[in-house]
Amino acid sequence: MVIANPAVVSAGLDLEASFTDVLQGMGLSPGAAHLLWLPLPMLVVLVAAVVGVLVNVWLERKISAAVQQRIGPEYAGALGILQPLADGLKLLFKEDIIPARADGLLFTLGPVLVLVPVILSWLVVPFGQHLLISNVGVGIFLWISLSSIQPIGLLMAGYASNNKYSLLGGLRAAAQSISYEIPLALAVLAVVMMSNSLSTVDIVNQQTGAGILSWNIWRQPVGFVIFWICALAECERLPFDLPEAEEELVAGYQTEYAGMKFALFYLGSYINLVLSALLVAVLYLGGWGFPLPVEWVVNLTGQPIDAPLVQVITATTGIVMTVLKAYLLVFFAILLRWTVPRVRIDQLLDLGWKFLLPVALVNLLVTAGLKLAFPAFFGG
Amino acid sequence: MTIASSTQFVCFVFLSAAVAIGALGVVLLPNIVYSAFLLGGVFLSVAGLYLLLNASFVAAAQVLVYVGAVNVLILFAIMLVNKQETMAEIPGLRLRRLLSGGVCAGLFALLLRVAFTTPWALPGPVPIGEEATIRIGEHLFSDYLLPFELASVLLLMAMIGAIVLARRDVFSSDVATGEPADQGLIEKSRTPLLLEKTN
Repeated sequence: MVIANPAVVSAGLDLEASFTDVLQGMGLSPGAAHLLWLPLPMLVVLVAAVVGVLVNVWLERKISAAVQQRIGPEYAGALGILQPLADGLKLLFKEDIIPARADGLLFTLGPVLVLVPVILSWLVVPFGQHLLISNVGVGIFLWISLSSIQPIGLLMAGYASNNKYSLLGGLRAAAQSISYEIPLALAVLAVVMMSNSLSTVDIVNQQTGAGILSWNIWRQPVGFVIFWICALAECERLPFDLPEAEEELVAGYQTEYAGMKFALFYLGSYINLVLSALLVAVLYLGGWGFPLPVEWVVNLTGQPIDAPLVQVITATTGIVMTVLKAYLLVFFAILLRWTVPRVRIDQLLDLGWKFLLPVALVNLLVTAGLKLAFPAFFGG
Repeated sequence: MTIASSTQFVCFVFLSAAVAIGALGVVLLPNIVYSAFLLGGVFLSVAGLYLLLNASFVAAAQVLVYVGAVNVLILFAIMLVNKQETMAEIPGLRLRRLLSGGVCAGLFALLLRVAFTTPWALPGPVPIGEEATIRIGEHLFSDYLLPFELASVLLLMAMIGAIVLARRDVFSSDVATGEPADQGLIEKSRTPLLLEKTN
């Protein structure tokens, strides 16, 4: 992700305007210039997401090795940094197997339906004031609704494999996803209530001003924990990886998959993890905000805040901060995966319905009360 | 025709075709699992139509409620009771199909007539776009408050009903048949895996 983004920054701040200006200077109509601009941010974000997954796979291998006092990959590139590429190439060259009694059409469509909503959700992830694909008004709600499509793909994959373990895995995935979506949405709702907007850019802007002190994590500590637990459950990470519990279900809905179709599931789950970490950073950790107020730092250097160089530097810092926060959370997720045991299905559903849901409701109520009592601190 | 309006037109044609063909597939396909998945596709296409109408909040809500909740629950139910059994031959199947086809065609003709004879206000009111979220909230808490609350009471009733049906062990006798509830089936005493030492 860090590799993919500098191209965005070096061109200036409102990239769309400058890009279309250049094209119009070359004699193109405004419509055609806009049309040429449209695919660029999408491509950049897609590449960023995939590179993010490669980084993630490498981190997972290295951190798990460190946790278990192994060395991990070390021959593929320096520190085994090319290992994820080797993994990907291996999957690419594997035979694409469709089991004889499986339903070929649904079997192929399943992984696609799992991956597409996850990638679409990157639409609303902001890396800076103007550095996102589209600042849609429904913002964070779009992510919640898109992530609810995913269980259909999992059910489809589980059903089409014609295998009882696959079907059980698919059903578990759907049950888990439905249960944890509600506390997740309630936690997001409390944040949205404070920022008076669903847009991710507005949510981050509401957290600027006093640097690290104005981040939402201080105002929403309970919401932060609920959101992180639910995000892990939605990503099917340990301790909530019941849909693919190896000891019980072989590999759950992935059991019959091989080659690139299996890789799509893999890609989907890792992109989802990075996405969830990014959204935690956006909702609770101040998004692209620097721990110190940027205006204050710029004033110390004596430069005007809207000088081109300062703008480029603050935008770069913003991207670095967002990615840094996200990967810190990814690190915690990986550490959790290799530390804690898996919960049972009844414990999972109990935790979701009997603990997280009431706590999330109380959190929402308390936030509403605090907002009425202290409008200055909780967004009037 | 500009690029934007032609793109919109192509999207509209594509989405409408997806809704119509998908809905026909839901009704006509013999495999109920395909029907359920196609239903999800139809819901998604309807959400796309809302997007074309600049109602992005309604589109997202449509995806969340209909695709994420309703359709997943339908699929869940189908897959939990997925028994492969051949249906018993129904007498007069062809006549029944003809009759229901006739009713559907009549309804379609009626709706077409309504669509063509109603004086639609064209162009309609200007879409308010992103403001829609606020407007919907205002309506839900003012003039649509009663229907909103009634809908929530209805959902609560459905939920309590489902719990009563599913948890028969809270009653000493079965609600439907009046026989004593089958406690033994619910909490069947199982043979212990490790025998306790008696001495």
